Amino acid sequence: MFEELFPNVVMDDMWTATYETLYMTIISVIGTFIIGLFLGLVLYLTDQGNLWSNRWINGITAIVVNVFRAIPFIILILLLFPFTDFLMGTIRGPKAALPALIIGSAPFYARLVEIALKEVDKGVIEAAKSMGAKTKTIIFKVLLPESKPALVSGLTVTAIALIGYTAMAGVIGAGGLGDLAYMKGFQRRDNDVVFACTVFIVVIVFIFQFIGDFASKKMDKR
Amino acid sequence: MISIKHLSKQYRMKDQIVHAVNDVSLEIKKGEIFGVIGYSGAGKSTFVRLINRLEEPTSGDVYVDRHHFTKLGKNELREKRQKIGMIFQHFNLLWSRTVYENIAFPLEIAGIKKKDQQEKVNELIELVGLKGRENSYPSQLSGGQKQRVGIARALANDPEVLLCDEATSALDPETTDDILELLVSINKKLNLTIILITHEMHVIQKICHRVAVMEQGEIVEVGDVLEVFINPKEKTTKRFVKQLSPLEHDPNRLKEFLTDDENKEVIKLHFVGGTARRSLISEVAKKFDVYANILQGSISQTQEGSYGTLFVELDGNRSEIEEAIQYVRESGVEVEVVEHV
Ligand SMILES: Nc1ncnc2c1ncn2[C@@H]1O[C@H](COP(=O)(O)OP(=O)(O)OP(=O)(O)O)[C@@H](O)[C@H]1O
Ligand SMILES: [Mg+2]
Repeated sequence: MFEELFPNVVMDDMWTATYETLYMTIISVIGTFIIGLFLGLVLYLTDQGNLWSNRWINGITAIVVNVFRAIPFIILILLLFPFTDFLMGTIRGPKAALPALIIGSAPFYARLVEIALKEVDKGVIEAAKSMGAKTKTIIFKVLLPESKPALVSGLTVTAIALIGYTAMAGVIGAGGLGDLAYMKGFQRRDNDVVFACTVFIVVIVFIFQFIGDFASKKMDKR
Repeated sequence: MISIKHLSKQYRMKDQIVHAVNDVSLEIKKGEIFGVIGYSGAGKSTFVRLINRLEEPTSGDVYVDRHHFTKLGKNELREKRQKIGMIFQHFNLLWSRTVYENIAFPLEIAGIKKKDQQEKVNELIELVGLKGRENSYPSQLSGGQKQRVGIARALANDPEVLLCDEATSALDPETTDDILELLVSINKKLNLTIILITHEMHVIQKICHRVAVMEQGEIVEVGDVLEVFINPKEKTTKRFVKQLSPLEHDPNRLKEFLTDDENKEVIKLHFVGGTARRSLISEVAKKFDVYANILQGSISQTQEGSYGTLFVELDGNRSEIEEAIQYVRESGVEVEVVEHV
């Protein structure tokens, strides 16, 4: 039955590709989380009236974030070829996709982080100040814990966008389900392979969404 | 205890300067509950935030416990702030932390070890009457309970001063009374100096020893609560006092009783402090051949004693009325004959 419907699908290839997609997604989600969180904090803290209010740093960070968000992902990969080559020693395979994936999505997540932090009640920050809290304490014990559900749901949205990016990176040889669908499916007109890859990607997206929603809800004690 | 000298705060707006607090000088004694009352925009919040420098003053000085607060460096300020608790209108609890963890937060800030925090937190939970709720999250508490957490949190580092910015304004009257009672009890128990901001006169009446009336950034009247209530000088103060006993200050409502009939007289009795003798009116009615008809009245309890007014219509023979009034006067109560207009 399966063989009849999907004559050209090789399950070994499918699992390898799934592994590559998950590898790219998970590593780049981690990288995006770290860099995006940092940039988001900078954007928030240096904003007018906030703890490190600084017009210059805020302006420059905002420009960097906006520029990288404006570049279409597929072009970003091409632009980053020399950088990737230097950093990873190759421009092919899942590893080579990581710099572009992280650089492409960290600015997006940074904005989501900024929005999440802006939602934190100013009164609570003030209360912490009135208790004599240091800025470090306010960041790690007030800002981040109080915005945790929003940080997590933002990360979920980013992770799902990243799964899409990994498929796009596949087209230029990064491996993964996108690569498989394009090379083995589209190019050879084996539509069953394209379809099978699509189903796998959709399932992965659903799993990420489910985990993200669950975690975010669990943390929210409001 | 707290010395405030020529304190000012200006906000520069695009085309104007707002004098939120304007040349305020005050002395607040140790262990007293000091109220600041004013209408919205009077500058009360700004004033109280200048004391612990959540807002930097434009000019002027604040001394708390002989520390020159306005001259402290960043780190010293942080340390000294731990000795000034603050509670807020909207409680400002961390929703991500339980009651216990919220109260432990200032202890964490002060660098007290986890295991040493426990005793203090439990003691505070007991003090504010939240035993059994330590593992609840703020969202599971009522407004009054949230403010109790706020108070416990503010007391965690054994402060000498407690600043309260509209601490009861988000609560219903009954809960307000509970919270005020709690404040009075900790004021007595811990000899804590409390500065309390409000726009409600009954809050002042109920728990404050002294009061300052604020208007447009300035203190227009300061004094003992009882004194200010009995003898308000400024217009704003009079309006606030009226909040409490609207009848007393509304002669129109007495009009129908004020007649030319010489056998009827409306008198206003003024009780201050201990002179409020409950039986006085019935005594008068018994001793003299008059009917004593109580029209309206109010007696207020303050921290320094009670005061109140009573409007009584005396109905009887002219001479009996005169004698009755004389009798009341002699018993130490101020009497005023209300003329009709
Ligand atoms: N950050 C600010 N920038 C500009 N103006 C401000 C700022 N904070 C307060 N003000 C102004 O200062 C004045 C006093 O404000 P404040 O909040 O101290 O009043 P309040 O007496 O606490 O009023 P309320 O009872 O409504 O809380 C107001 O005119 C207000 O507009
Ligand atoms: Mg206010």
